Amino acid sequence: MKYKFTISIVFISLLSLACSKEIAQVFEGFLKPSNFPEPVYKFENNPITKAGFDLGKKLFFDPILSADNTISCGSCHIPSSAFTQHGHSVSHGINDLLGNRNSPPIMNLAWTTSFRWDGGIVDLDLFPIDPITTHVEMGETMENVLKKLKNSPTYKGQFDAAFGSGEITNQKMLKALSQFMLMCVSAESKYDSVMRKQQVFTKAENEGYMLFQNKCNSCHREPLFTDNSFRDNGLQPSSLNDPGRMMITLLNEDEYKFKVPSLRNLTYTAPYMHDGRFLNLEAVLTHYDQQVIQSGNLDPILINGNKLGIQLSNDEKTKLLAFLNTLNDKKFVTNRLIAE
Amino acid sequence: MKKIIFAFAATALMSVSCNKEVAEQYNVNKNAPLAIEFDNVVGGSNLQMNTATYTNANNESFKVTMLRYFVSNIVLTKTDGTRYTVPQDSSYFLIDESTPETLTPSINVPEGEYIKLDFVLGVDSLRNTKDITLRTGVLDPTGTASGMYWTWNSGYIFFKLEGTSPASKQTNNVFQYHIGLFGGYATKTLNNLKQISIDLSSRGVAKVKTGKKPNVHLLVDVLKMFNGSTNVSIAANTVVMASPYSATVANNYQNMFQHDHTEN
Repeated sequence: MKYKFTISIVFISLLSLACSKEIAQVFEGFLKPSNFPEPVYKFENNPITKAGFDLGKKLFFDPILSADNTISCGSCHIPSSAFTQHGHSVSHGINDLLGNRNSPPIMNLAWTTSFRWDGGIVDLDLFPIDPITTHVEMGETMENVLKKLKNSPTYKGQFDAAFGSGEITNQKMLKALSQFMLMCVSAESKYDSVMRKQQVFTKAENEGYMLFQNKCNSCHREPLFTDNSFRDNGLQPSSLNDPGRMMITLLNEDEYKFKVPSLRNLTYTAPYMHDGRFLNLEAVLTHYDQQVIQSGNLDPILINGNKLGIQLSNDEKTKLLAFLNTLNDKKFVTNRLIAE
Repeated sequence: MKKIIFAFAATALMSVSCNKEVAEQYNVNKNAPLAIEFDNVVGGSNLQMNTATYTNANNESFKVTMLRYFVSNIVLTKTDGTRYTVPQDSSYFLIDESTPETLTPSINVPEGEYIKLDFVLGVDSLRNTKDITLRTGVLDPTGTASGMYWTWNSGYIFFKLEGTSPASKQTNNVFQYHIGLFGGYATKTLNNLKQISIDLSSRGVAKVKTGKKPNVHLLVDVLKMFNGSTNVSIAANTVVMASPYSATVANNYQNMFQHDHTEN
């Protein structure tokens, strides 16, 4: 009996040793993937630490950031869906209120120059104020969030660990949230392995890649698969008549322009477009092939003589889809470090 | 005649001693407080929020329920032309009619006589792009400035006037003027920042000296927001926020400030 007990003790302690070793190895801070450009986020204003990241992660998944304590950032940005609200055309906030736009993925934000579909927010540290205070999202005030954090028995210690002892502030909270979101780097897709010469494309994937470079790469630029620009891609405006980027710049030339989204992790992020109107990628390709409308600001790239859009044969569509499939990053959506 | 000469001499002596006293009075290496009073009025009447009814040039009657605006980047000019720029970190003020202690901000400036007051109505574009840790006090978008900041279009609201009017068809007859926009980040957009320049020479220079409490008393006439080169109609433009028409409103309200007197 005693022998058995000792063995199990030894076994358990070995296990916990192994576990803690694993955890210690997992957090490496922010690493720039070798095939990525230099990040644009100003890390010098917010160096990422384990404690800051942990605090940011706790905040990200904590519903106390919403007015009725029901919705967290993670409610509309679900890690297993590449941080989108899979299956929802537009975001679903407190009291069953609906937003106007589709929840974009939280990935590779260190390389993102502006936020929201219209680019209205230019600094990641300022971003969370928008969903937290928006009536149809989390509907809370920042003052009240601060009060709740200060009243919490657990947060004080985590804030002190992350930012040194002192008062909890919203500024610290926002910096911690940025640290978590910046760590959501997706760079382990098959495409990335091919670029790093660790794998090779299949014949279909390679043909798809050629087509992509020929027909899509000017906006969905590698390796982030967006050029961070705003464009009108010829969608028929919906009854909501969302003016897009024009809301921010007030310029007529920006009407119906939206941020070019990344093409990474498309398998996990349906539905597509700023309003989630297309349920699958076939519908997206059909749009570019056949449904592009001539609006005043239609991107010139989508005008080829008297033909609008991007002409694609069925064979080409199949090959493009094969290539797009190589942009899915299973490691990203199953990464324990950033999962709830 | 002798008497006259005597009187003349005495006067001359007095004025000399006065001049001498003035010259000795100020220590330019020493800072002393100067208060600027933002006395919000509507035409010839004191602003009484929620109760009093006023009428604009379009003959629309209205009540005011909220008046807030940012004053920043204060610069003072002395009689000799020397300019003093208040250090930026101590030069942002949020004037809020419902909070009396915000109506008379105090700054510290070198001793001397000042004949001109310049400031920005709004928050300059540079500060609009600063790191969140540098947005404290009245500039904290998660605190004091939470109602004066567009979360969805990163930027401060410079001027906010809200009220009610029978001319408004909105729920509860409200009207709202939230004016901001500093010129944009990546894309150049509307710039509603206004540089305000106030001459103090005719109605009383500000004499700043340790131990004294000079107060530049400004009258800020809200009616000027409605009545100007274009008369703003509550019925036609009931709610003005981030829109091209905000430029018209800002062009009107830049004429709100008038120097009434200085208490030295």
